Amino acid sequence: MATKHSGSALSNSLDVERVRRDFPALAQKVHGHPLVYLDNAATTQKPLAVLDRIRTSYIEECANIHRGVYQLSERATASHEAAREKVRQFLGAELTSEIVFVRGATEGINLVAQSYGRSQIGEGDEILITAMEHHSNIVPWQMLCQERGARLKVAPMDDNGDLIYSEYEKLLGPKTKMVAFSYVSNALGTVNPAKAMIEAAHRHGAVVLVDAAQAVPHCELDVRDLDCDFLVFSGHKIYGPTGIGVLYGKQRLFETMPPWQGGGDMIMTVTFEKTTYAPPPAKFEAGTPDINGAIALGEAIDYVQSFGLPAIERYESELLRYAESALTKLPGLRLIGTPKQRAGAVSFMLGDIHPHDVGTILDRYGVAIRAGHHCAQPAMKRMGVPGTARASFAFYNKPEEIDTLVACLAETQKVFRS
Amino acid sequence: MNELDDLYQEVILDHQRNPRNFAKLPTANHQAEGANPLCGDHVTVYLDVKDGVIRDISFQGEGCAIAKASASMMTSVVKGKSLADASVTFKNFHQMITGGQDPCFDLEALGKLAAFSGVSAFPVRVKCASLAWHTLNAAMRENAPVTDLGDGSKKPVK
Repeated sequence: MATKHSGSALSNSLDVERVRRDFPALAQKVHGHPLVYLDNAATTQKPLAVLDRIRTSYIEECANIHRGVYQLSERATASHEAAREKVRQFLGAELTSEIVFVRGATEGINLVAQSYGRSQIGEGDEILITAMEHHSNIVPWQMLCQERGARLKVAPMDDNGDLIYSEYEKLLGPKTKMVAFSYVSNALGTVNPAKAMIEAAHRHGAVVLVDAAQAVPHCELDVRDLDCDFLVFSGHKIYGPTGIGVLYGKQRLFETMPPWQGGGDMIMTVTFEKTTYAPPPAKFEAGTPDINGAIALGEAIDYVQSFGLPAIERYESELLRYAESALTKLPGLRLIGTPKQRAGAVSFMLGDIHPHDVGTILDRYGVAIRAGHHCAQPAMKRMGVPGTARASFAFYNKPEEIDTLVACLAETQKVFRS
Repeated sequence: MNELDDLYQEVILDHQRNPRNFAKLPTANHQAEGANPLCGDHVTVYLDVKDGVIRDISFQGEGCAIAKASASMMTSVVKGKSLADASVTFKNFHQMITGGQDPCFDLEALGKLAAFSGVSAFPVRVKCASLAWHTLNAAMRENAPVTDLGDGSKKPVK
């Protein structure tokens, strides 16, 4: 199969070959072909700095935190809390107590739904989401609505995969108690006008949760500038390990919220009659947390910061433009989602070939993409497709890999004689 | 890319493009729904059974080429078969696509279903090829939907 290397067209805003050397996973072969990893919206590969930190952390500071009176535990506690401080800076939060470590974005949303939601949302209240949400930002709210007798409202999107902002505004009202939306759509790559959406929601007195799982690896953001009330993301989508994520919440909300899970570390005093709870963030971190995961996430953030998100954003937006243009040149390929502003992912259909067949064939050429409904079945339904093939990018991807993707898609058409 | 050509044989692509018995069956007295929730594929199998024989069969649904072609070919193969024979065919078919054949496994007995032997080189696609068959199995037993639990097993949904 001929691969045409036309990718040198990108400006040198970032030394991608240098970046790639930091990711040993990218050097492997799959089915005899060099791996072309284009499923970064699902999870990212990990840089050596993160892998090394996990190793040294387990060797030099493996102890439980917040309890030991010995050196190892002090080291572990210091590293864990230093990671929290790194997250605070990364998000632009005011206080480290506004940073709660969770398993991932999904757990963060569930925590808010069950702690804030159950205590503040009641019968007849409304929760507003958008048509492009991941299941993780639909189901926890549905469960809450079911339990509390609240109603779930959905702001529609247009044929391009953009939120219809005027409809979103119309759906806001005095009953809207919670607005939850993704900053960047995992399925379509749409970037939502988060700041305007938050402002509008606040005018109606609603509290806003931003699912930033697909945003933090690609866009610089600042929770104080956004003025969101809650924000969640997953560590593994920003070059950290799986099993660790972050819930940001405004201090005054965290203070009034009831605990979510009970156990060690989240208490002040315990008697059999009564327990008093620790202040946030400990109130929401029952049990031994993923200490090593948090430390490694801190390292991943340092890694990203060593390039800076503005530089990453510049490089990735060029890469996305290159991908859009290369993909649409292929006869029969149709982009699903052509939003005004895009980050991370490009979704498409290859003629009438089912995305799973596309995924299987690409895999045999070493190209890893996601095929299916991307845990966003309502979004797929809205776009009129059973699912899509999705290529999603990181700043270690290069234009030549997009050329390979396109060449392999042409091969796929040959297999299907279409 | 021999494995790909083995998987996407002409006969499979033909069944995918022009699925046989792809409609609702007005005379159906058994039916079942099957789904692979992780990939979104779903199929409904309709049976007209009399005296232990599948007099007619059809299917509807949505899925990848393998899922659709497998459902289509299944309907054309089991039409007119007894329920017992259809079960044996499913067992053989399943052995073939999972590559777990016993020594006396007879590929030729599967006839044109042998076109799906290439699936065994693609373990993640086994669930695509077997979805319609699991659903047929459920339809033969009862009118119960089945769902893929993600581990390859199918259980009736209450």
